[in-house]
Amino acid sequence: MDKKDRIVITGIGLTAPNGNSVEEFRYNLLKGVANIQRIEMRYMGRVLAGVCSYDELRYQKRKEVRNGTRAGSIGVYCANEAIRNSGVNWEVFDKSRVGIYIGITEHGNVETENEVFNISQFDYDVKYWSHHHNPRTVANNPAGEISINLGVTGPHYTIGAACAAGNAGIIQAVQMLRLGEIDFALAGGVSESCRTFGIFASFRSQGALAEHEDPNKACRPFDEDRNGIVVSEGGCIYVIERLEDALKRRASIIGEVVGYCINSDATDAVLPNPQRQRECIGLALKKAQITAGDVDIVSTHATATHMGDRQECDAIRAIFGSSSKTYVNNTKSFIGHTMGAAGALELAGNLASFEDRYVHATINVDKLDLACNLDNLVLNRAHKVDKVDCILNNSFGMLGINSVLIVRKYN
Amino acid sequence: MTHQKVKEIIIEIISNIAPDEDLSDIKSHVPLRDQLDLDSMDFLDIVMELRKRHNIEVPEADYPRLASLDSCAEYLSPKFASNF
Repeated sequence: MDKKDRIVITGIGLTAPNGNSVEEFRYNLLKGVANIQRIEMRYMGRVLAGVCSYDELRYQKRKEVRNGTRAGSIGVYCANEAIRNSGVNWEVFDKSRVGIYIGITEHGNVETENEVFNISQFDYDVKYWSHHHNPRTVANNPAGEISINLGVTGPHYTIGAACAAGNAGIIQAVQMLRLGEIDFALAGGVSESCRTFGIFASFRSQGALAEHEDPNKACRPFDEDRNGIVVSEGGCIYVIERLEDALKRRASIIGEVVGYCINSDATDAVLPNPQRQRECIGLALKKAQITAGDVDIVSTHATATHMGDRQECDAIRAIFGSSSKTYVNNTKSFIGHTMGAAGALELAGNLASFEDRYVHATINVDKLDLACNLDNLVLNRAHKVDKVDCILNNSFGMLGINSVLIVRKYN
Repeated sequence: MTHQKVKEIIIEIISNIAPDEDLSDIKSHVPLRDQLDLDSMDFLDIVMELRKRHNIEVPEADYPRLASLDSCAEYLSPKFASNF
C-alpha cells in the first residue's frame, strides 16, 4: 500500500471513569481498578453510573463550560490532550487542513431534559426556555465546540452511530485522509449519557439496567449473573494522520489502522444479529488482508446483557474459534458503557499492549456463563503474552449497526 | 430601589453568567462590553435572569438601555420599584 494510503494513530486524549490520561487508564485496566458509583438521577433516585473527573478548566474558561455541553467539554479536553500527546507543533499547523469527526450515540437529551425541568419551575412558560438550547443541542455540538476551542477551520461534524460511534468516528477520519480531504484528523467519540434520566429509564423499562450492591461489580459481561448495562460518560479522541506525514514530522506512531468495516443487521431495533457481526468482522479482516490467526486481541463490545453477550461470543467463536493465540477481553467491566465513546476508549485501553505485551482482563466474572465461554477469554487478571501485533476492536449499536476496527503495531 | 442596589444586582447576575471576569473595578458609566468579555448571548442571559429572579421583562427594543451599569440602574430602578 502506498504511504499516502497508510493511516496511523499518533496521539491519544481521553477521559474515562477510571482515568483521565491514557497512562492512568491503562494502569487501572491492568490493575483491575473499576470506577462505578451511585449518582442521584432526576425522577429516579440513586442509579449506578460511570462518571469522569477530568479537569474541565484545563482547556476552557468557566463561561465556556457553563454555556456549552458536557459532551463538548469532554471533547475539548480529549482533543487538546490528543494534540499534546501527538507532539505536533499545533501553533503553526494549517487549521484549515484539520478534520474533526466525533462519534456520538445520542446528543441533546441532557440539555432538553434540563430545559423541560427548568420551565417546569415556571409553570411550563416557554419564555423561560434558554436561548442556549439550540447551540447546545444541534447534532454537531461536541465537534463544533472542539472546532471553536482549537480554531480548526476544516470540516467538523459528529457521526451518529449509536454505540458503534467511537469506531465510526475513527473510520471517517481514515477515509477522509485517504481521499486527501484533510491532512490531520481529530477523531473518536464522546458521551454525556450518564446525565440524562431518559437513557437510564429506558434501559430499566427494557429490563437492561444493571444493579449490584457493589457498584464496581455491577458491570459483569460474560458472567452468569450479569443483569444489564451501566451507563457512563467518557471520551477518547485520536490524532490520525497519513503515514508519510507522520514520518515527515518524526511523530511517535502508536499504531496503524489497517482494516475496518461498518455494516447493518437490517433485522431488529434492539436485538443484535450475530451473523451480521460475523460478516462485519470478516470484512474488516479481508480489508486488512489478514486472517483471524493474525489477531492477537479481540476487544469485545459486550455490554453485560444476556442476549447481546452471547450473540457476540457466537460471532467471535465462529471467526476465532481455531485461533489459539487470539485473546479476548472487555473494557466495559471496568467503566461501564461509555456509549458514543466506547469503541474509541476500549481501543485506547488496549493499544499499550503493543509495547507492554499485557492483555487486560474482563473483570467481575465470578461464574462464567458457559454460553460465553471462549478460548483465551482473559478473566479477572491481566495476562502477559509473547507478542501483541494486532488488535481487533468490536463496537455495535442499536438499530443494528456494527463496526469493527483493526489496528496493527507499526514496524 | 436605589441605583446602587440595582447595580449590585446586575453585577451579581454577571458574576454568574461570566464567572471568569474580574468585576471588582467596573466603571459605571462605561459600556459593559467595553470592559468585559460579554457577547449578545450573555446579554440575553442577563435579560433571562432578570425575568427569572425578579420577574422583570426587558423588551428587545430596550436592550440598549442595559449597556452600562449607570444605564441599567436608570432603566431598571422603576421596574424594580413597581415590583414591590
